[in-house]
Amino acid sequence: MQFGTVLLQLSKGLVVSVEIFFLTLLFSLPLGLVVAFGRMSKNAVVRTVTKVYISIMRGTPLMLQLIVVYFGPYYLFHVRISAAYRFIAVIIGFAVNYAAYFAEIYRGGIESMPKGQYEAAQVLGYSKMQTFFRIILPQVVKRILPSVTNEIITLVKDTSLAFVIAVAEMFTVAKQIAAAETTVVPLMIAGVYYYVFNLAVALAMERIEKHYRYYEG
Amino acid sequence: MFRQGMAAAWRAEIVSGACSRGIRRKIREKISMENLLEIKHMRKAFDELEVLKDISLTVKKGEVVSVIGPSGSGKSTLLRCATLLEKMDGGSLFYLGETVCKPQQGDAGDSVYVSKKELKKFHRYFGLVFQNFNLFPHYSVLKNIADAPLRVAGIPKQEAQEHARELLSQLGLEDKADAYPCQLSGGQQQRVSIARALALRPEILFFDEPTSALDPELTGEVLKVIRQLAQEHMTMIIVTHEMNFAKEVSDRIIFMENGLIQEEGTPEELFHSSKERVQEFIGKLSDG
Repeated sequence: MQFGTVLLQLSKGLVVSVEIFFLTLLFSLPLGLVVAFGRMSKNAVVRTVTKVYISIMRGTPLMLQLIVVYFGPYYLFHVRISAAYRFIAVIIGFAVNYAAYFAEIYRGGIESMPKGQYEAAQVLGYSKMQTFFRIILPQVVKRILPSVTNEIITLVKDTSLAFVIAVAEMFTVAKQIAAAETTVVPLMIAGVYYYVFNLAVALAMERIEKHYRYYEG
Repeated sequence: MFRQGMAAAWRAEIVSGACSRGIRRKIREKISMENLLEIKHMRKAFDELEVLKDISLTVKKGEVVSVIGPSGSGKSTLLRCATLLEKMDGGSLFYLGETVCKPQQGDAGDSVYVSKKELKKFHRYFGLVFQNFNLFPHYSVLKNIADAPLRVAGIPKQEAQEHARELLSQLGLEDKADAYPCQLSGGQQQRVSIARALALRPEILFFDEPTSALDPELTGEVLKVIRQLAQEHMTMIIVTHEMNFAKEVSDRIIFMENGLIQEEGTPEELFHSSKERVQEFIGKLSDG
């Protein structure tokens, strides 16, 4: 196989990896906030259910969770699975898993906020919503950026797990070519692609962190 | 300029709306006789610890009241209950004659608060300046001051910002409008914090040890502002350890210990108090 063709095929796979990456972030970042609220809820039932959910998501392999999400509907409800469902299952599995990690990161950030901020806002007359979204959350974002960056970098590499339900993301393609052509070169190229992808992510996160340096605290 | 409360504007409207001069005069008299803040038998405990045992206090418009006393005497808790940061267990609280909470029976029974919706309006009446400023670090100085009038009181952005700049220039900080709190000294931050409280034109300003977190050099600039406010007859309750300042600026001083008001009076009365404990405490603080 020509080198150019290898690169092209890997690039197509990379597109899928990037799709998984962005869609996962799109859903898991807001979902993580919802879960964080559940985790900090005054209601003991909500709190416990959330704790169990987070524990399972973080305590079992993502690969396994993907398999459950994909094959679950058939074995549980006898619903036939279409080929299109594969990609959806990947996104659901990733989003639900990463939401658990983000939830704990959000919670750490929110709980580290000084009470004085809440009190100042309360005395001035801000509503609870206003206080959270205008005063607390912007400051939380700055605090959790390093942890979020870590998770995002992990996500870039985790996209390769989609192979387990035969979604043709980049690593799967690389393996196929490597097997067909009995050479490890495609895998090495895949490694470079991942590194470049991560470099782009790291640069973006650095830009964002720089923006937040306009104030301290 | 500082102290035109929203209630004052409301009053002026009613007064000018009433038809006869006689009625107008009567209304004016009634309003000026009203107590701005009235606390009766305030009681507050945290778990087993009774922090406030029986506090009664009335403050009239234009009065400056200082609250002094040893740590743990309940001074901060008194302020926090008055500014609705805490809910008191017993007694009653009134602002401008309107009920915030009162017991169902008697004078000193368990407090029953009015509805959440009604409680909201009381935040307009007071402002609180914290010991550690509690400015919003991600907002510029101007935004810290102008944001609440915009978001809470619904004042148009232009007007809110203009008023904020006015306050800043009165406090000598007009060139800091676009700076961020982390770029200011402690004294400057506290002055911004005072401006932020004043921006909402409260009837009464509470100060919780406003200079305790500042080193002696910076204390002066904050006391200067408070002195200015006192001269303009802003109603204030100041918890402080600055004895000489309290003496100079207050109409009344209250000495608290163990959750009770031990002594209350004009600065002269208090400084010549016959009570040993009061003399002892003042003596210690005055030595500095």
